[in-house]
Amino acid sequence: MKYLHLVVSNLFRKKTRTVLTAGSFAVALFLFGILAAVDGAFKQGVDVAGVDRLVVLNRVSIIQPLPLAYRDRISRIPGVARVTFANWFGGVYQDERNFFPQFAIDREHYREMYPEFVVPDDQWQAFLADKEGAVVGEALVERFKWKLGDRIPIKGAIFPGSWEFNIRGIYRGRRPQDDTTQFWFRWDYFDERKQFTKGVVGWYVIRIANPDDAVRLVKVIDEQFANSPTETKTDTEKAFAASFVKQMGNIQLLIMSVGSVVFFTLLLVTGNTMAIAVRERTRELAVLKAVGFRDGFVLALVIVETMAVAAVGGGVGLALAKLFTLRGDPTGGLMPFFYVSPQSIATGFGLALAVGLAAGILPALSASRLRVVDALRRI
Amino acid sequence: MVSIDGRGDSKSLIRARGLGKTYRRGGEEIHVLQGLNLDVNAGDFVAFMGPSGSGKTTLLNLLGGLDVPSEGSVTVAGDEITRMSGAKLTAWRARHVGFVFQMYNLIPVLTAFQNVELPLLLTSLSKADRRRHVETALAVVGLADRMRHYPRQLSGGQEQRVGIARAIVADPTFLLCDEPTGDLDRKSADEILGLIDRLVREHGKTVLMVTHDPLAAERARLVLHLEKGVLVESVTAGEAR
Repeated sequence: MKYLHLVVSNLFRKKTRTVLTAGSFAVALFLFGILAAVDGAFKQGVDVAGVDRLVVLNRVSIIQPLPLAYRDRISRIPGVARVTFANWFGGVYQDERNFFPQFAIDREHYREMYPEFVVPDDQWQAFLADKEGAVVGEALVERFKWKLGDRIPIKGAIFPGSWEFNIRGIYRGRRPQDDTTQFWFRWDYFDERKQFTKGVVGWYVIRIANPDDAVRLVKVIDEQFANSPTETKTDTEKAFAASFVKQMGNIQLLIMSVGSVVFFTLLLVTGNTMAIAVRERTRELAVLKAVGFRDGFVLALVIVETMAVAAVGGGVGLALAKLFTLRGDPTGGLMPFFYVSPQSIATGFGLALAVGLAAGILPALSASRLRVVDALRRI
Repeated sequence: MVSIDGRGDSKSLIRARGLGKTYRRGGEEIHVLQGLNLDVNAGDFVAFMGPSGSGKTTLLNLLGGLDVPSEGSVTVAGDEITRMSGAKLTAWRARHVGFVFQMYNLIPVLTAFQNVELPLLLTSLSKADRRRHVETALAVVGLADRMRHYPRQLSGGQEQRVGIARAIVADPTFLLCDEPTGDLDRKSADEILGLIDRLVREHGKTVLMVTHDPLAAERARLVLHLEKGVLVESVTAGEAR
């Protein structure tokens, strides 16, 4: 602690330079925080996917339906504990920017299939009693200031017409990362009202009795419907979510590429700045050595200064990123989980310190190897 | 008593024997110091004079443990510093040598107090003890009322006095002053020389000073002339003029 004033005084020697260097870190770490939030938003489905759930789709594509009749055939397969299904609706509420996922769900088993979504019993009963009933996530309620009993008009895009629903229930997630931006309504009402392709569902979700049995069951289910007019493609929910993310491109590669370029640039900028700072202080560092400070102390002094700039700048950048994401999804529904996780903050902070260390090590080494007589020319 | 004939008695505080320093520049060897002998007793005030390039600063570097000789040895208070490792030599400097530089070499972002405190940070003294030592040192140089000032807020003479306070604050065995008045006007230079003189007379400090200024050398008890790396004569202060 007795050396702290040396570090602090040196940092404030050239305030503009220190602020700009810390600002470089802040910008880089702000960008890192936002990219991590985007990455996390895309991967959220993968992270929260149930290990004991399989998803059955049409082999041709996700937008091709499956016959409702498959439900009973799937449920008879040994190892399958429960089957439910749902349909993508894709309607518009007031404005196309108000995107949120809408699902026509199987009222009998959907709730049991997703225990992470909690709906109060009385609300669920009200939902079952109202054909036009809907259950909505609490994030959605918060976003549109809805309340129980509200009548919500949704304009069909894939399924034409003006659809109206009564909010009968509000679900919450058991875990903070659970998606509470969904809008559920009854599949039987949906099937009754739509004017074409009746008796089909978008996908099945299966709970299996033993998660270790997943690989075998995936094969058994797909074999069951092989060579039929509607073949299936079964996957674990996690793999399904991952493949969904992949359709958007390799987000992680994109983030890694952008992040690497930013940090490499930062390394060069900071390294150069520190090298200049050390050169300017050659005589002072030589004086420190002359009066008895060891090479190791000079090395540590320069590194601590660089890392202090990195820590402050990086901390500010991450804090700004956190503040930015507190406002929620900036895309209006595409990324319901747009937030900087504590792990991302820790990783970002670690990266900032690592860059600080890497940028400071060469100037610090040159400072520590400085020959006093050369630096002073004369004592 | 100072001697340069290599026959100084065993009580010498500083003893150099056969001291030589050779630099290689290009393919050429430059002999800066050659076979130099020197004995300085505790409490002596010695001035080194000589033309530029005669090896005065190199001699101070060697005696202060900032550089290592090509040949010969330097022994201070019984410790042969020319056999010490780099780290040990650094620790030795902290304990035994106070440096006063021509350009003061204060750290501009530290106050006078903090500049003077620097050598004490290497000791195990408590914060309160460090404060007491620093205040004493600044009082000795007459700057007790300027301890919160930064170097840019001080005159050249005041800066050099802070430099002297820094040199004496840890009570080193001896002081090495390289042209301590070289960057000062006559009045300030006289004040600094008076201060150094007082450190010798009243505080018993041993001072080795390089100077070009005959008036500065006059303050020393003995003036040694260096010419082409050799101590050629030893004269008393009065004769130096």
